[in-house]
Amino acid sequence: MGITKITAEIVSQSSIATDVYDMRLNVGDMVQSAKPGQFVSVYSNDGSKLLPRPISICGIDQAAGELRIVYRVAGEGTKEFSTYQAGDHLDVMGPLGNGYTLKDKKAILIGGGIGIPPMLELAKQLKCEKSIVLGYRDETFLKEEFEELGDVYVSSDLGTVGIKGTVLDAIREYSVEGEIIYACGPMPMLRAVKAYAAAKGMEAQISLEERMACGIGACLGCVCKSKEVDPHTHVNNKRICKDGPVFDAEEVEI
Amino acid sequence: MNLSVNIAGVTWKNPVTVASGTFGSGAEYSEFVDLSQLGAVTTKGVANIPWEGNPTPRVAETYGGMMNAIGLQNPGIDVFVKRDIPYLKEHQATIIVNVCGKSQEDYVEVVERLGDQPVDMLEINVSCPNVKEGGIAFGQNPDALYEITKAVKAKAKQPVIMKLSPNVTSIAEMARAAEAGGADAVSLINTLTGMKIDVERQAFVLANKTGGLSGPAIKPVAVRMVYETAHAVKIPIIGMGGICTAADALEFIMAGATAVSVGTANFHDPMTTMKVIAGMEDYMKRHNIEDINDLIGIVK
Repeated sequence: MGITKITAEIVSQSSIATDVYDMRLNVGDMVQSAKPGQFVSVYSNDGSKLLPRPISICGIDQAAGELRIVYRVAGEGTKEFSTYQAGDHLDVMGPLGNGYTLKDKKAILIGGGIGIPPMLELAKQLKCEKSIVLGYRDETFLKEEFEELGDVYVSSDLGTVGIKGTVLDAIREYSVEGEIIYACGPMPMLRAVKAYAAAKGMEAQISLEERMACGIGACLGCVCKSKEVDPHTHVNNKRICKDGPVFDAEEVEI
Repeated sequence: MNLSVNIAGVTWKNPVTVASGTFGSGAEYSEFVDLSQLGAVTTKGVANIPWEGNPTPRVAETYGGMMNAIGLQNPGIDVFVKRDIPYLKEHQATIIVNVCGKSQEDYVEVVERLGDQPVDMLEINVSCPNVKEGGIAFGQNPDALYEITKAVKAKAKQPVIMKLSPNVTSIAEMARAAEAGGADAVSLINTLTGMKIDVERQAFVLANKTGGLSGPAIKPVAVRMVYETAHAVKIPIIGMGGICTAADALEFIMAGATAVSVGTANFHDPMTTMKVIAGMEDYMKRHNIEDINDLIGIVK
């Protein structure tokens, strides 16, 4: 099944850290084709806000027909979403983007900030040996759930949890090793991950974000620079919403 | 009940197309919309060679609208002819190709390349506010608009729609210049040049600093400009600017547009065009109107 836009019922919502919310949506058949690393466009119920908010998929529950999203309140749109409760409705389009390509190789999963949630479903679906590195600002969220899925290493900006520093400081500190990196997080983190993977000669799949409008590859709002001429756009631009958000670190200039 | 309209000799099965740039080349929306059910598909602007477009961020939401500064990224006419036109033909769409360029020669080159192609109409983008050369430069001066219209018409094999900018003192004067240059139709409005500042970061939201404002926020301006244009020229008008519903579309038609384009609303709901068409039929039933053409310019 392809992409659909539906009105989804909120099954549950709770705050799991300051400004971070955990929402489960009943999306019916949309869940069938969802993969870790994909995202959904969530639409405001307020007509003055036209553009959807792209939010990564944190959990996929095939049996229940539910998608779980964990997001940070970053503006008026996400603030509105945070006010809803079980039984309320939101328009959702998805699943969007490509998602991670799961490989049977010893893996390092790296999540930074609000890039942490998509790593959870990925960690669930990756059956191989894996280490999970999580970088927080100060407060943790989802950490206990990750601990059930693999070895977890934590860093934080202020040193309030785990080691003080970045996810790469944690990787070095704890001598975390693997053959492939899957990462999602802020751009400075992804740049550092790309450089680290290149230096180690490792494969790295990184998930990018950008301001989006259509979410389906039509408007060309959310492009990133690509190393080679892209076969669709015929310029050195790839569409994050359609060709990504997950890219091989080597194919994008960030 | 008749929903079909005729624009410069081309019959559309209904008066609804999409605003260039909001619908890709059609393929991106084909999961949501049967392209053959649209009055026409208007493609994203295409130039003689591929264009990279502007740096990101390229889009920003605003109250009741959005701004964009894509910068006319496009794959160039070669790819467009090979890939996008055949796709649209296969899907039995009526095709309007939006043409952009940096110089008069660029526009004419693309128009000539399209001469033997199975496209129905050409829309000449002389109103993009987000590129440094070409674009709006041709659309803000009546003499320049007259000249480029004439140059394009001299080579065009399909009817020519000149897409007008609202960033002018008199839209009527610009429409008259396009008509005098031989334009078969005009489409309006393109986006209004705007700016948004992120006060927390104390920086522009868009990398391009300015962007084109679109969406429902600009609709009253667009309806007024269509009305003024309808009273200034005889050629047909394709009206656009913030259309989200059938009632929005009918405002444009009653102001004097023969057809309308749905733009920004495609980002909010990819099925908007289909809902607008269905809503028009419903309106006509409720008001016992047999022919949509009877509504064109009905509000004097």
